[in-house]
Amino acid sequence: MTSMLESYAAVAGEDVIRHLQQLTRPLRGKTMVHVNSTRVGGGVAEILEKMVPLARELGIDARWEVITGDSEFYQCTKSLHNAIQGNQIGIPETQLNHFREVNEQNANQLRPILEEADFVFIHDPQPAALLQYCKERKGKWIWRCHIDASHPYRRPWRFVEQFVRGYDASIFSLPQFVQPMPHPSYIISPSIDPLSDKNIDLPQEELDSVRGYFGIDPDAPMIVQVSRFDRFKDPVGVIEAYKMAKCYIPNLQMVLAGGSATDDPEGEAVLNEVRFAAGDDPDIKILLLPPDAHRTINALQRLADIVLQKSTKEGFGLTVTEALWKGKPVIGGDTGGIRLQVINFHTGFLVNTPEGASLRIRYLLNQRQKMEEMGIKGKAFVRENFLLTRQLREHLTLMVALQHHANDRIEVSG
Amino acid sequence: MNAVNDPTQTDIPRFVFKDCALIAIATHKRAATLKELRDHIETLSPDSLYYHFWGNLLLPHFEEAEYINDFASWVRHSLHDAKLAEQLAVLDPTFYNNPEDLRYRLLEYIDDRLEESEYLQWSQASQRFQFIRSQIVVFESRTSVAAPQEMVGVIPLLSTNSIFYHFIDSRRRTESNIDDFRQWLGFFGGTYQPLIDQLSKIDPYFVTLTQLRQQLAATFQHYFTETVS
Repeated sequence: MTSMLESYAAVAGEDVIRHLQQLTRPLRGKTMVHVNSTRVGGGVAEILEKMVPLARELGIDARWEVITGDSEFYQCTKSLHNAIQGNQIGIPETQLNHFREVNEQNANQLRPILEEADFVFIHDPQPAALLQYCKERKGKWIWRCHIDASHPYRRPWRFVEQFVRGYDASIFSLPQFVQPMPHPSYIISPSIDPLSDKNIDLPQEELDSVRGYFGIDPDAPMIVQVSRFDRFKDPVGVIEAYKMAKCYIPNLQMVLAGGSATDDPEGEAVLNEVRFAAGDDPDIKILLLPPDAHRTINALQRLADIVLQKSTKEGFGLTVTEALWKGKPVIGGDTGGIRLQVINFHTGFLVNTPEGASLRIRYLLNQRQKMEEMGIKGKAFVRENFLLTRQLREHLTLMVALQHHANDRIEVSG
Repeated sequence: MNAVNDPTQTDIPRFVFKDCALIAIATHKRAATLKELRDHIETLSPDSLYYHFWGNLLLPHFEEAEYINDFASWVRHSLHDAKLAEQLAVLDPTFYNNPEDLRYRLLEYIDDRLEESEYLQWSQASQRFQFIRSQIVVFESRTSVAAPQEMVGVIPLLSTNSIFYHFIDSRRRTESNIDDFRQWLGFFGGTYQPLIDQLSKIDPYFVTLTQLRQQLAATFQHYFTETVS
């Protein structure tokens, strides 16, 4: 076993790693390419950063490619992203044409790699049209949708769908996100990497240092929401919840920590709305962190008493997974993948309003024992279900299944 | 017993351990009412039925879930009918010889409840039931044993998926609907009948796969260290 596999075995269990090695046997030497639109920022990049080297350690010739685009392209893809999540956004035809052009340009660059690969995983709408420009492809192409596509705005969705229909399979995070396709739609939850800077255990000195750097009072309770400054994450609603809870808990502190991804042009506008809502309250810290501030985010989640993720729309909600892994109860929006992770009275609470979030903040801060119990359950829940090794296992299973057509039982020999 | 434990002296095949991985696939079938659920169950493929009873063991789920099967959970939490949820929750797929018997009983409970409650004829669920089917990939683990006592050292090292394959999935593969361990021990005539009897008492429906592995390991361990000696 290599050192990387040993490290994962130490966290996930040796049987889990042995299982991956056996499952990989029929895939040894196969080429697998993942394509997305950003090397840093956002859950997709974080997963690929570790999943690709781990797959290589297991004997698969895996690589990760990133498409490039200009601001107009990212404006279009952000609109597509929002439209797939249900926002009624009209996208100008010129932008859609530019989307095609950028995909074609990227296809010209990546064609030799993509057409030769045995498996190509295309992540989210940004590079979805690559398939159309790789006519001589030999392998299986899989479109991985990380967002909530349960009620897409129809016209932009049809634009994306025309590309996706040509794939051999698609993957959605939850069954309710799936849109009908002429190919199999697999359900695979995403995952976190327990050994990444964002999730690894941190020494107390580092936690103290982060606390001191941001002026967080160690003797006062603190709630944290970590996510992009995006309206679907409802950061303004979190501030409302905080303000309501603060009437009862005067020393309550709150940190809203957001990164910015290179493919998100809307973040600054939302950040301004958040700053306006926060006003001059010294107990609210609004932190715009660089994309590589993983250890800082890790520390903030560990320093928190409660982690919030009050999204109104959410793909899966990996920040919830991260918080549970750190043994924190989570108050999450009753939506998307948060529902799969936040189990009322077990790992946290699902809420629909700032009022609901405020009530649960007050409840938990008055029930310290309950918070501890939830933390223990949450961590065990993530260890069993949402670590990178489980997601890789399902990808490998899918790859083997695609090689053997659509039978419900596939016996692999050798 | 020594004679039958030596595979070179018998025709008994080695027990070859296999492993498996399950993956979920959307069917695009959804139900918003009990009647819709019922109608979909009637035409549901056996692998989809299988998934909604057993799939949770191999795919992400919360171990302290209130209900083991997806139908009972949905009826309770989305249709808010406690009575039917209790009835569906008690359905144990290991009790039925084939998926059609299980389907029949499932439909019987739902039909009875639909007749009984006018409210459930039109009540809309707060969340729709999503029907899923599954694909299972089975592969050899390169581990095998010739004699039953070798199980003592091997079972604790098996993946939980391998436990699923040999103790649960086996029930829809073997003619007698039993687990692979009992099936194999049966090849030794009546030699291991006490062990077979102990294995038959393990109920896989209400434990996690990790707990199931522990129970199996303990059963073999106990038999070969205490009963036999």
